[in-house]
Amino acid sequence: MNNLFQDANRQQISGRRRNDLIWRILFLGATLFGIVALSALIITIVTDGIARLNPDLFTNYPSRRASASGMKSAIVGSLYMLCLMAPISFVLGVGAAIYLEEYAPKNRFTRLIQLNISTLAGVPSIVYGILGLAIFVRTFGLERSLLSGALTMTLLVLPIIIVASQEAIRAVPRARRDASFALGATKWQTVSRSVLPSAISAIMTGVILALSRAIGETAPLIIIGAATYVAFLPESLFDTFTVMPIQIYNWIARPQEAFQDLAASGIIVLMIMLVIMNVAAIMLRNKYQKNI
Amino acid sequence: MSTTTEAPQVKETTKTVDFKTIIDIKDMDLYYGTYHALKKVNLTIPEKAVTAFIGPSGCGKSTLLRTLNRMNDMIPNTRIEGLVDIAGTDIYSNEVDVETLRKKVGMVFQQANPFPKSIYDNVAYGPRLHGIKNKAQLDEIVEQSLKQAALWNEVKDFLKRSAFSLSGGQQQRLCIARALAVNPEILLMDEATSALDPISTLKIEELTQELKNKYTIVMVTHNMHQAARISDQTVFFLNGEVVEFDQTDKLFSNPSDKRTEDYITGRFG
Ligand SMILES: Nc1ncnc2c1ncn2[C@@H]1O[C@H](COP(=O)(O)OP(=O)(O)OP(=O)(O)O)[C@@H](O)[C@H]1O
Ligand SMILES: [Mg+2]
Repeated sequence: MNNLFQDANRQQISGRRRNDLIWRILFLGATLFGIVALSALIITIVTDGIARLNPDLFTNYPSRRASASGMKSAIVGSLYMLCLMAPISFVLGVGAAIYLEEYAPKNRFTRLIQLNISTLAGVPSIVYGILGLAIFVRTFGLERSLLSGALTMTLLVLPIIIVASQEAIRAVPRARRDASFALGATKWQTVSRSVLPSAISAIMTGVILALSRAIGETAPLIIIGAATYVAFLPESLFDTFTVMPIQIYNWIARPQEAFQDLAASGIIVLMIMLVIMNVAAIMLRNKYQKNI
Repeated sequence: MSTTTEAPQVKETTKTVDFKTIIDIKDMDLYYGTYHALKKVNLTIPEKAVTAFIGPSGCGKSTLLRTLNRMNDMIPNTRIEGLVDIAGTDIYSNEVDVETLRKKVGMVFQQANPFPKSIYDNVAYGPRLHGIKNKAQLDEIVEQSLKQAALWNEVKDFLKRSAFSLSGGQQQRLCIARALAVNPEILLMDEATSALDPISTLKIEELTQELKNKYTIVMVTHNMHQAARISDQTVFFLNGEVVEFDQTDKLFSNPSDKRTEDYITGRFG
């Protein structure tokens, strides 16, 4: 009797173990799929692009000849865009988040706005391009300018920033607000001296991640008419401009292999920029976790 | 077994002082939505003395405490009727602005809740809210408040350190110092020692005895021995009603209501 039971158990256990192993292999496979695909991508891009990753890339304007081409105007365009977009979207996004979390009455209208914002965060970027074209380029007559581009991109990142900031503000413990109110603080004093200092790193993390998404966007800028060939730096907000992903897109579309390699080196630059932004976001998040 | 059913020992009071009333509550009702949390409360609280609120969980002790600095205002759908008078002013009247009220009526919470700032900035938070910017003046307030909260000697060499580096008991005394820094008249303490070890609790109990020379203290406690040890007046709550309030020694030795007697002798609650 005893032996019988032991055998049955052993069989059942080995069956369970086998099952376990199969699942383990399946999950490993799923992970490897992503890693392998990403590695392949990075390896091809680096092998193609490394040769052109030289100072010329940063100092030359685009040219008809691949050997003389660089992406100076695109890099500068992207940086200008970032510098315009960051403060505008920070102020508007965090402001809206503070209003919604701290001041707005908790009624149906607020919930409706909330639902809208969450939905907007998932709208395809090309839709923002069309919106930007209609509002900024046409209605406000800003033409195909750097400012139009930056404002369109602001629209694109705003919902993401609002939602991330709201979550950051909501995560601040109730006790911290109570402590402030109990000392006689007004709403704004509590928000500015107690809530925001606790939430700011998480807010910044959200803002940076949203901006890094915008830096890689092409579609909305093509719609509002960012140029693909710009041989000068924008000197005012109303100048034509281009950005890195558009320049890369333009090069990739060329048949000559030299331009393909150029595109690969452009992608390396863009990726390095994105990695830097993401690392900054992670560092801020770690700091935030220590603070709580 | 027999010791647990005995009424807690009351501290020796050599003299019975006639206290002046500072808080006067008349026919006060409080509703959370439709829930009638406080029913026809009539209560006076003496100045420069310790008043303890006791009673079973959910009977409305914290609720009444929060009406005294209007922290209930922030809970939606709260309605309050009747009179809450502090030092001659109806604190729910329109002339009273709630920021000034909360400056005068400080509060210490059950869980120590320092800000994620330095020890110094925690204490200076209140004075800064009310417009004090002068560094020397702030230094003075921070030192005085920490001394009053019996924390100065332990932290004076690292005021710039994060408040989170302190122990639980130190954090709670820091919160007391923070409340004292805005120079209140009344200090509300809601189970301020319930999360603390016996030694920290003792420190804070001793502190209340010091502080009552300057401040009126109203505290909620679940520990009847604590109420008996350190309070001058005790208020007994049951189901949103004030059953009885009296001088602590009287209430514990000779309660006039049967329910009070049952509660303090541990027969229910
Ligand atoms: N924000 C609120 N909304 C609705 N009801 C509440 C709220 N706060 C408290 N109550 C209710 O009011 C009653 C009194 O609560 P209160 O917190 O004052 O009790 P308490 O005497 O302090 O209890 P404890 O000793 O457990 O802290 C309870 O029945 C509680 O459920
Ligand atoms: Mg309570």
